[in-house]
Amino acid sequence: MGAHTSTYVPTTRWGKWFDERLPIARVVRNQFIDYPTPRNLNYLWTFGGILTLILVGQIVTGVILAMHYQPSATGAFDSIEKIRRDVNYGWMIRDFHSVGASMFFLAVYIHIFRGFYYGSYKAPREVLWILGVLIMLLMMATAFMGYTLPWGQMSFWGVTVITNLFSALDTIYNGLGTAIVEWLWGGYSVSGVTLNRFFSLHYLLPFVLTGVVGLHIWALHISGQNNPTGLDLKEPSDCVPMHPYATSKDAVGIFAFLLLYAWFVFFLPDYLGHADNYIEANPLVTPPHIVPEWYFLPFYAILRAFTSSFLGIPLGQYAKLCGVVAMFSAVIIIAFAPWLDTSRIRSSKYRPIFKWFFWFFVITCVSLGYLGSKPAEGVYVTAAQIFTVCYFLFFLVIMPIVGLIETPRAMPRSITEAVLGKGGAGLPAGATAAPEVR
Amino acid sequence: MKKRVPVTLLFALAAVLVITSVSAEEAGHPAIERQPWSFSGFTGQFDRAQLQRGFQVYKEICSNCHALKHLDFRNLVQPGGPEFPEAAVKVLAKGWPNQITDGPNDEGKMFERPPLLSDPILGPYKNDQEARAAQNGALPPDLSLIARARDVERNPSWWIHPFLMLGDIANGYQEGGADYIYALLTGFSEAPADFKLVEGKYYNKVFPGHQISMPPPLSDGAVAYQDGTPQTVDNYARDVVAFLSWAADPSLDTRKQIGWQVILYLIVTTALLYLGKKRIWASIKH
Repeated sequence: MGAHTSTYVPTTRWGKWFDERLPIARVVRNQFIDYPTPRNLNYLWTFGGILTLILVGQIVTGVILAMHYQPSATGAFDSIEKIRRDVNYGWMIRDFHSVGASMFFLAVYIHIFRGFYYGSYKAPREVLWILGVLIMLLMMATAFMGYTLPWGQMSFWGVTVITNLFSALDTIYNGLGTAIVEWLWGGYSVSGVTLNRFFSLHYLLPFVLTGVVGLHIWALHISGQNNPTGLDLKEPSDCVPMHPYATSKDAVGIFAFLLLYAWFVFFLPDYLGHADNYIEANPLVTPPHIVPEWYFLPFYAILRAFTSSFLGIPLGQYAKLCGVVAMFSAVIIIAFAPWLDTSRIRSSKYRPIFKWFFWFFVITCVSLGYLGSKPAEGVYVTAAQIFTVCYFLFFLVIMPIVGLIETPRAMPRSITEAVLGKGGAGLPAGATAAPEVR
Repeated sequence: MKKRVPVTLLFALAAVLVITSVSAEEAGHPAIERQPWSFSGFTGQFDRAQLQRGFQVYKEICSNCHALKHLDFRNLVQPGGPEFPEAAVKVLAKGWPNQITDGPNDEGKMFERPPLLSDPILGPYKNDQEARAAQNGALPPDLSLIARARDVERNPSWWIHPFLMLGDIANGYQEGGADYIYALLTGFSEAPADFKLVEGKYYNKVFPGHQISMPPPLSDGAVAYQDGTPQTVDNYARDVVAFLSWAADPSLDTRKQIGWQVILYLIVTTALLYLGKKRIWASIKH
């Protein structure tokens, strides 16, 4: 429904003059006011708006923090303390930024699970979905580099562990991995040089991210939003204009989410972080447990599941390489969901078997998250290996096979029928003026 | 109503789990109990008198080895902290045993001077090496952030884990550092007979490895309180931990006060927006 007819008519001469030269008001009117949205969207569809707001918030707080932050091995830790103690409301800006990273991932994970449940990745939304995966990758890179900046013990050792992953390439071509790692570090170990370049990239990537978000929204407005039935928009009564209908619902979702966000900022600013990061980085002292931020834990669990043997399969010197490949694959594979899922039915509402496997996938991800926070020993490793298999099984086996064997439930003919029941294809008695005719 | 029953059941189950969880926590680490801090939870605020007593303990005992480099003397005056009178802190700074190295002066020489209000609260050592040399190889850590840089590790069973997490989030609990330091300061004792203690180390039941280089710092009556608070190790420990918690998080009082205003604003706005949304959607079945 992206190419609906424009109803924008400039009312002033100046408006007409400007519209002929740069039709920005026309685009806003067509895409964000009159734009037809499915009438049956639930609150899970407010997360796009929530994420946009968080992105803007992270950039605003980040720019302010950068005014006071010193990206050097000797100054970074102290400058964060200066921000917290001496900058006016610096503690608040800093907590909004650090908690904001967690909230960003919380919202994006809900957004992605929503996509899985309602089949939002299927045709014609494949490009939209792939752009989404790219956004998640950029978010991960940005968050990882951002976590380096306080230059605490977890910052330092987190970077050391993660950048060292690339040295696994040495098992393919001797010296290749080491060369890449030293290139990333800008030296022979993680140092102030590394911190400096990570700061530069941490400032750059959010703007790249914003650009990709722009494409993501563009692609969304070409194919139109998916909805809980997964049906295409077929008739005018299937949809309502974005404003005031979708916008009023988005506003509720955004403010409800801000409530959770504020709770963490004002009452639990340290809860999502790690105490060790209040100790300044020390290359000579390794913390007992090196744990990434919670949002990386499922992927960290997959990485560490590959020990010298994986469920009885000996890996030997390739263990680390397998772990690294598996971890990156775990993210990349999401981009292939549109082609791995063979079912043409989008919404799990009408997919009796896939619905259960969706929850199986959610449990798998949460379990991996839990295991990622535990030391890599004993039963935890075995469990992580089993859930790693489950994770890839979902994409490579369940998605293709369930689509082939499943008999979908009876589906309504249209969104209108889903909402109003059979025979109520027209407008409900109470609706006087059809909202789509403004 | 059909859907409500399982939800109620789930909540009942959750309640039972939370209640049983405390007893089910795995052993291995010595249990570090949660203390009733005045500043804990989502409503907690610092107790002014306690912060002042805590500073006294720091000054008379801890400062013999430990610095507070992220704190300036002026912080002791500012609202939300111990709030000592400015004149008193000026006198305190002037008499502080650990001088500030300043300079170079007109002759190009560095010189020592007493700290001003704007100077950090330094410990007795100029650098880590000097500290280690004086302390038999051990390094007394800076205490400005110690209350946030420590935590209590808990290892509940996996099925209890989410409920404990939700409980902590709902209660606004993040005082693990304070609980740990209190347990450490009161955790000194004679080593058990079968424990091999390294020469010059002290037995502490909560310190990792149970051997700590710091001698038991507190003893009954060691600090003379002016306000009639009983002069016990337990009180000293609680007071100095409260002070260190403030030192690590000087904006805690303001943070929580503003927090409630923000939460209230967001609740009201969310409710209004919800009513508005209901009204807008009133004529449209969805």
